[in-house]
Amino acid sequence: MALKIVKGSIDRIFDKNLQDLVRGIRNHKEDEAKYISTCIDEIKQELKQDNIAVKANAVCKLTYLQMLGYDVSWAAFNIVEVMSSSKFTYKRIGYLAASQCFHESTDVIMLTTNQIRKDLSSPNQYDTGVALTGLSCFVTPDLARDLANDIMTLMSHTKPYIRKKAVLIMYKVFLKYPESLRPAFPRLKEKLEDPDPGVQSAAVNVICELARRNPKNYLSLAPLFFKLMTSSTNNWVLIKIIKLFGALTPLEPRLGKKLIEPLTNLIHSTSAMSLLYECVNTVIAVLISLSSGMPNHSASIQLCVQKLRILIEDSDQNLKYLGLLAMSKILKTHPKSVQSHKDLILQCLDDKDESIRLRALDLLYGMVSKKNLMEIVKKLMLHVDKAEGTTYRDELLTKIIDICSQSNYQYITNFEWYISILVELTRLEGTRHGHLIASQMLDVAIRVKAIRAFAVAQMATLLDNAHLLTGNTQRNGICEVLYAAAWICGEFSEHLENPMQTLEAMLRPKVATLPGHIQAVYVQNAAKLFATVLKGEEGNTDGTAAQEASQLMIDRLPLFVQSANLEVQERASCILQLVKYIQKLQQKDVEVAEEVNALFAGELNPVAPKAQKKVPVPEGLDLDAWINEPPSESESEDEQPKAIFAKEEPKHSRPRHTEVDEKELARRREARKQEQANNPFYIKASPSSQKVYQEAPGVEHIPVVQIDLNVPLKVPGLPMSDQYVKMEEERRQKERAEKKKKEKKKRKEKRSGRGKKHDSAPESEEDITPAHMVDIVTEEMPENALPSDDDERDPTDPHKALDIDLDNLMESAGRRPLADSEKLPVRSHRAAEAQKSPTDGETENATLQEPKKKSSKEKREKKKDKERDRKKSKEEKKKKKHKHEDKEEDLLGGQADEPVLQSEETSQVADPPTSSSTTAEVSDLDFWLSNAPVPSNTQEAATVAAAAPEPSVTAPDSEPDEPKDTEMEETKSSKHKKKKQKKEKEEKEKKKKKKHHHHHHHSDGAGEESVQNGTVEEEEPLPPMSNYCLLAENSYIKMVYDIQGNLQDGSQVVVSVIFENKCNSFLKSMEFNVLDSLNSKLQRPEGSGPHDGLVVPFQLPPGVSNEARFVFTVQSIVMPQKLKGTLTFIVKNEDDSTHEKLDFKLHFTCTSYLITTPCYSDAFAKLLESGDLKSSSIRLEGVNMPFHHLLARICFHHHFSVVERIDSCASMYSRSIQGHHVCLLVKTSAQTVSIDAKCDEPTLLGNVLDEIKQTFSQC
Amino acid sequence: MIKAILIFNNHGKPRLSKFYEHYNEDTEQQIIRETFHLVSKRDENVCNFLEGGLLIGGLDYKLIYRHYATLYFVFCVDSSESELGILDLIQVFVETLDKCFENVCELDLIFHVDKVHHILAEMVMGGMVLETNMNEIITQVDAQNKMEKSEAGIAGAPARAVSAVKNMNLPEMPKNINIGDISIKVPNLPSFK
Repeated sequence: MALKIVKGSIDRIFDKNLQDLVRGIRNHKEDEAKYISTCIDEIKQELKQDNIAVKANAVCKLTYLQMLGYDVSWAAFNIVEVMSSSKFTYKRIGYLAASQCFHESTDVIMLTTNQIRKDLSSPNQYDTGVALTGLSCFVTPDLARDLANDIMTLMSHTKPYIRKKAVLIMYKVFLKYPESLRPAFPRLKEKLEDPDPGVQSAAVNVICELARRNPKNYLSLAPLFFKLMTSSTNNWVLIKIIKLFGALTPLEPRLGKKLIEPLTNLIHSTSAMSLLYECVNTVIAVLISLSSGMPNHSASIQLCVQKLRILIEDSDQNLKYLGLLAMSKILKTHPKSVQSHKDLILQCLDDKDESIRLRALDLLYGMVSKKNLMEIVKKLMLHVDKAEGTTYRDELLTKIIDICSQSNYQYITNFEWYISILVELTRLEGTRHGHLIASQMLDVAIRVKAIRAFAVAQMATLLDNAHLLTGNTQRNGICEVLYAAAWICGEFSEHLENPMQTLEAMLRPKVATLPGHIQAVYVQNAAKLFATVLKGEEGNTDGTAAQEASQLMIDRLPLFVQSANLEVQERASCILQLVKYIQKLQQKDVEVAEEVNALFAGELNPVAPKAQKKVPVPEGLDLDAWINEPPSESESEDEQPKAIFAKEEPKHSRPRHTEVDEKELARRREARKQEQANNPFYIKASPSSQKVYQEAPGVEHIPVVQIDLNVPLKVPGLPMSDQYVKMEEERRQKERAEKKKKEKKKRKEKRSGRGKKHDSAPESEEDITPAHMVDIVTEEMPENALPSDDDERDPTDPHKALDIDLDNLMESAGRRPLADSEKLPVRSHRAAEAQKSPTDGETENATLQEPKKKSSKEKREKKKDKERDRKKSKEEKKKKKHKHEDKEEDLLGGQADEPVLQSEETSQVADPPTSSSTTAEVSDLDFWLSNAPVPSNTQEAATVAAAAPEPSVTAPDSEPDEPKDTEMEETKSSKHKKKKQKKEKEEKEKKKKKKHHHHHHHSDGAGEESVQNGTVEEEEPLPPMSNYCLLAENSYIKMVYDIQGNLQDGSQVVVSVIFENKCNSFLKSMEFNVLDSLNSKLQRPEGSGPHDGLVVPFQLPPGVSNEARFVFTVQSIVMPQKLKGTLTFIVKNEDDSTHEKLDFKLHFTCTSYLITTPCYSDAFAKLLESGDLKSSSIRLEGVNMPFHHLLARICFHHHFSVVERIDSCASMYSRSIQGHHVCLLVKTSAQTVSIDAKCDEPTLLGNVLDEIKQTFSQC
Repeated sequence: MIKAILIFNNHGKPRLSKFYEHYNEDTEQQIIRETFHLVSKRDENVCNFLEGGLLIGGLDYKLIYRHYATLYFVFCVDSSESELGILDLIQVFVETLDKCFENVCELDLIFHVDKVHHILAEMVMGGMVLETNMNEIITQVDAQNKMEKSEAGIAGAPARAVSAVKNMNLPEMPKNINIGDISIKVPNLPSFK
């Protein structure tokens, strides 16, 4: 046995290794394929051996052959074998091969799951690393689902090398298994602050990639990224973050405002061009998003443009390219700032680098104006002449046409010029874009009525010189323009000076060499011309000219009758017969001109390209239903659509006119008239129809002779567009002069200084009047066309599935926590299976396991479905519960004279648990975004509010507090509140300044209310908690209150009290007083005695409620306590007023000293390890609610946040205003909840736990 | 995201191809050919970005390449990557190769494409940039090579001897077709740390 191994390894030495293979291939240059096929045979032999080293060597060679283009998928199983080797060397070879050639449809991939899992948990970090790297290339939905949990665990691996890879691969897992995004996201977010820069960078990378596709879900991460941006020094990370902000700003303009400053600083400070460039890019994105609202960012634009100019002027072509690229983004919103750099961009057109020229061309598109269009196009035409290489020249051509035709020919002042430009473009040899020019000619001639005479003259010349264009017909698409020329000449033949000559040109024998579809148009339009000639000759008694025309037709048409093209043949023979008949009539001296002309009577209207699509389907019409019985056998399907399509082509758009029968003609005329009256659709040549005639048989198959003519062809007799440029200049000068004269006159009349600037200022856009009065006919759309949006997202886009709302699970479970069904699958029965088979991982066994696995998969899927259903019903229940709770509270609100304490607690319980924490998240972002002063300032505002009474005595109108009418309602309906708050915050900004004048103004308008609410919240240092409970109530007034710790000052709590006027009288002069205890004191303004009450800084009209805040100082926070107090107020009726008094007890719970503070799991772990904490625990029996509801309640009522949650166990954290850490470990089983708690202050802990217990005993 | 990384020589012979999206072998070869066609006809001293490429990419994708002596390094990336950043990454890649192979030349890439793959795997993973710090990359690559050596141990010795003998037959290839002008117009970037 041992001998065998030794022998094997010696044999192995003489096997070819990769180097030998490469060398061999290099030595067999002549018969490479043959050599490789023998090598593959050898490899097949090697793969059959048992020795893993031999196999690995073979697989290594296969990887090389794969790169050369050989299919090696047949060896997939062997690759799996090599992957499962215990040696790192071979494992790496196997994974590399797998990453190169495995993909989703490789069926052996399903055998790898357990092997990969084993490698992922290998003690050797490089085994894990190699597995992760490999997996990143071939992960499938199945693998992603099965391994997601393992990879999640690796994200917290001790080695940064593994963490980094695990984080990165999560993106691939999300793509393949979108369900994993929600459960994995908190940890991913945590990794943004990983101590290792590599891991951090990977996390940024993944989140940026995710956010790029679904930015709105990641908006709430903006503050975190902002922090990273200002703190990170890693350019890679910075670039990614800045790019991400570029994607986020369009969604949140306020973010843009916040970004501008740091980005501008970076632009000024960084020396890294890449960073600078991305900053400029994002500033541009910000400016675009702000363009409507913020006029005052011209400085930023200037900075960007200026920096970009530096880039463009740089000798480094890369920077030049990027500068132009970014410039084109500015162009869209701030064309003016770019236009001033026209010189620079035109200069780039001369660059030797095609990429740069193309970018410059893009920019030109947006830079044209009525004023400079001619100049720019002239320049481009020069380039067209100079350009080498057809691709760039074609690009130029399309750009010229794009530039001219943009926004409905907006910038063209002289269409004669444009037509001559188009005619000049026909000189281009070998362009692919003949049809483009042709369609432009048609479009202009049809839609600009004033230009028709000129266009027709030009087209006639073109037709006359057709031989110049048709030199090598089929090769270049330029002969397509003849199609347009012939059609225009025919259709608008009344403008022709010499129709006879054109007719002659159109019937030359050479025409027969043109493509069929063009010939067809020739024939058809020759008939139109013929009709025109007849009409022209009508007055002449002589009639010889008319007869000549007929003779010409009869002589020439037979050529077309013989055409191989059916279309041409049919038209030619019809027309030939018609002409013959006409000739007969002519010989009898019958006036035929009118009848013949009637064949072609009627005006064509341009129809929008989309018109056909937009015709609404009449009710009751099913377009998919068969009209006739479906054909039994499949007829040639290709032909059918073509036939339908062909009808839409212009040449078909007219009714057939070749029938000789007079009756028929009359009938047709009638029909056409009617049709035009009702439905004048005319489908003009659209790109799609162009395609059709290009595909027409016969064009492609004709052998092509390549002739290169480098000398630009001059079409004799055509006016050069340059002349128009000059003419236009002159014309404009004249106009200007005239205007000046007029203005001078005006000025003389008016004698005001206002007209002065007109003199020197360059003419503005509006000043340029078009040379012709041009009536651009707009395209017709069907009546009641359906507006349709074209923003269809690719349904196959994998990122669509990742559009998952993540805000709700940010860092604490209080907001829609993960439902059970959302948890990642943990290895369960499959793992057990693996344990049973001792040779787990050996692939031979894996094959046997295969069918089993399949069934288990099915089961799993079924399970999943069930879970999904369950989840749905759960959610519904949840909703119902919410409603129920709302009602409950309503009832409570209605009950008067309840014992204070009890009602307080019940209402606490009744509060919907999830509302405020989500609100908190939203308002956190809002708070961050609003340019409000830093928290310490806002805190002061609150204090001032409490201290307000004193100034109010002297100047009652200047209190900073605001009425708060709807706070009560808000607490009642959490959903309502959430929505509203967003609105408020937005409005808040606008009205911030105004608000201070609104003080005692109680308004009932909804908009006003929300503004006022916003104000109050703004003054809050913390996100608002709608944890209000009843303080006291009588028939006049109701008070509810909430206590919150003050983050900034460890000895202060803020009590917010909402006063609601319940009676029909006016309540005024309210005074709030509390009997101070040793521990807690109401903060009173300086100078007032210790027993003075605080004046509530507002009055309450009937039915109105408002909120006031009172700051208390506390010394010890470890014990709960109650303070007795009184509210005195005056009830004022129309005739009399009474003094009233209401006693209350303020209950300071220990909970109210706690502040929701997020904590990361690592910090949490450290805290627990530190050992300074005393522990304590309680058990709650009979708690009958889902675990996440339980957590939500603790979070909500007791100001905790969830650190980590695993199944039915969660760790939670909170901090007191004096910095005590409170840690909870909540476990649940059946109906028992056990809470183990640790805190550095045992008394506080005991009291908090008691309060928690009380909370749950209520339900 | 990086969609593909290609290395080919001045004649279009592939030296390394790494696709982060699946194509069949024929398409891969077509892509390599097309990319070579696009890249090779460009002068030196033009920019290193290229749009187009019908087979790979689309509107959102760009080819970013660098030409070192006899080799083209081409990255096909989408718009989420910084153009200049990728150029820098190519530079890091080549410098890393230079360190790992000690004066890298085309022959190294020809005969040790697997090693190049392993180095690349430490830089880019599944189409996303994993590490840009050269020292870190080299540390990890070295550590793995060490492991490989220790695994081969004594058993590997005869194999190494034979391979050394085989290598002696190698026609003397000029070792100096290396990336001598490694610093062709590197934009003014500080190295990413």
